[in-house]
Amino acid sequence: MIVRKPQLSLTQKLYLPEILRGLMITMRHFLRRKSVTYEYPEKAKPVPANFRGLHRLIQRPTGKERCVACELCLTACPANCISMVATDPNDPNVEKFPLRYEIDTLRCIYCGFCEEACPCDAIELTPHYEQASSRREDFVHAKSRLLENNQFVPEGERISRVKTNETYLRV
Amino acid sequence: MNELANFLPTVLSRSGLTVPSALIPVLAMFLCASIMAAFMGLSAAVLVWAERKLAGHFQCRLGPVYVGGKFGWLQSIADGIKLLLKEDIIPDQADRPLFRLAPYPVVIGVLLAFIAVPFSEKLMVTDFNIGVFFILAVLTVEVFGVILAGWASNNKWALLGAMRAAVQMVSYEIPMGLAILPVVVMAQSLSLKTIVAAQSGGALHWFVFQPPFFMAVSFLIFFIAGLASLKRAPFDLPEAESELTAGFHTEYSGMRFSFFFMAEYAGMLLVSAVASALYLGGWHGILPGQESVWWFLAKTGFLIFVMIWIRWTLPRLRIDQIVYVGWKVLTPFVLACVVGQSLWATLR
Repeated sequence: MIVRKPQLSLTQKLYLPEILRGLMITMRHFLRRKSVTYEYPEKAKPVPANFRGLHRLIQRPTGKERCVACELCLTACPANCISMVATDPNDPNVEKFPLRYEIDTLRCIYCGFCEEACPCDAIELTPHYEQASSRREDFVHAKSRLLENNQFVPEGERISRVKTNETYLRV
Repeated sequence: MNELANFLPTVLSRSGLTVPSALIPVLAMFLCASIMAAFMGLSAAVLVWAERKLAGHFQCRLGPVYVGGKFGWLQSIADGIKLLLKEDIIPDQADRPLFRLAPYPVVIGVLLAFIAVPFSEKLMVTDFNIGVFFILAVLTVEVFGVILAGWASNNKWALLGAMRAAVQMVSYEIPMGLAILPVVVMAQSLSLKTIVAAQSGGALHWFVFQPPFFMAVSFLIFFIAGLASLKRAPFDLPEAESELTAGFHTEYSGMRFSFFFMAEYAGMLLVSAVASALYLGGWHGILPGQESVWWFLAKTGFLIFVMIWIRWTLPRLRIDQIVYVGWKVLTPFVLACVVGQSLWATLR
């Protein structure tokens, strides 16, 4: 292999001007007061609005879930992390509802397909991502916990304003 | 120190203590030594914090932020406590007595050199008539400790670091020693007090700004060689983290390690202090008639800032490049400065 040494100009050969140039670069960074550090546990790094974090089941104004147990999310899920038992609620306004609805977040890949597939705007991924725990059970979110996850979105956005087909969902 | 010895009897008699008069110089010596040691330790702690904080900002980070509330200003104290509590490990194959001995020459070299530093006209331990020479001589002791540490560790990284320290020392000591000669020629004295006193009367009388500018060049050379003597980037080959783990102090832990660390930072203060006394007018201010220890500390602080600035800018040199710079660049230039300044002094 032929190694060619770069041709240095006189100022480069003298080194000192180039060293001064380098010092000026670091000084510029020094004087730029804005740091790239995020002081994470104290101040969380802002996440984009469409960040896909922990799931929530969107509520009706009554506090019950909007989900009508159509099982489209379950079908769309590539990680197979959603499990559901549907039943009849004995309610003239609601045809079907999930008796059990579980998301195993250890399997979940946070792709957001469940949210995309849902015809009722009943499931959504919140921007919340701090889910550390030392017990495996804590990562399996049952229906009640998924409804509680509404706390991770601002108060005004907890109830969906999406109007859906009457046959699906009469709120 | 002599003033302290004269002053002590009155203090002692006021506080009602009786001390035999023969013991008073000893007591004064002891006091001076403990004040200097405390000053050295404290300044090293402050400098370690300053280095980390400045390094952070040079790299657009924050540096320490937690310990001590704002700015992490107690970080060094926390580190010191941690180092004190750490286990003092001596490798099985190491030369135990030499291994334990090695940190002391390093610390003692720097501590001794502080004796001759003129903080202000009054505030100095003692004014040697060979002050500058004494500082250079005593600073050299530090290298013995480094080589001893590298050898006694019985570790190839440590030995390589120590060898590099030896090679580096041979190449920077000569320009460093010669760089003070133009100043000595100008001030006609080796005493630091006399040298600083010769620079009174405003910034234009400082030796860096003296007309033929031989002393400005030798200031630059002294500063570069000083960086090399402190083993600081870009001359940090003896410890070169990326190549030699930690160089000569690879095997040291706990308090013995912190001795090396402390000596490096106290050495920064020392070299900056000597440079500002020799070339930047010591305790004299920018305007004529300004005299204060704060001027001295401000100049020293500025030079320390430049050292840190350089460290976080330049990459490390290769060992042959250091030898090249020492022998083929710095030495001829500094010799030219000595000759030029001597001719200037005789012809004028």
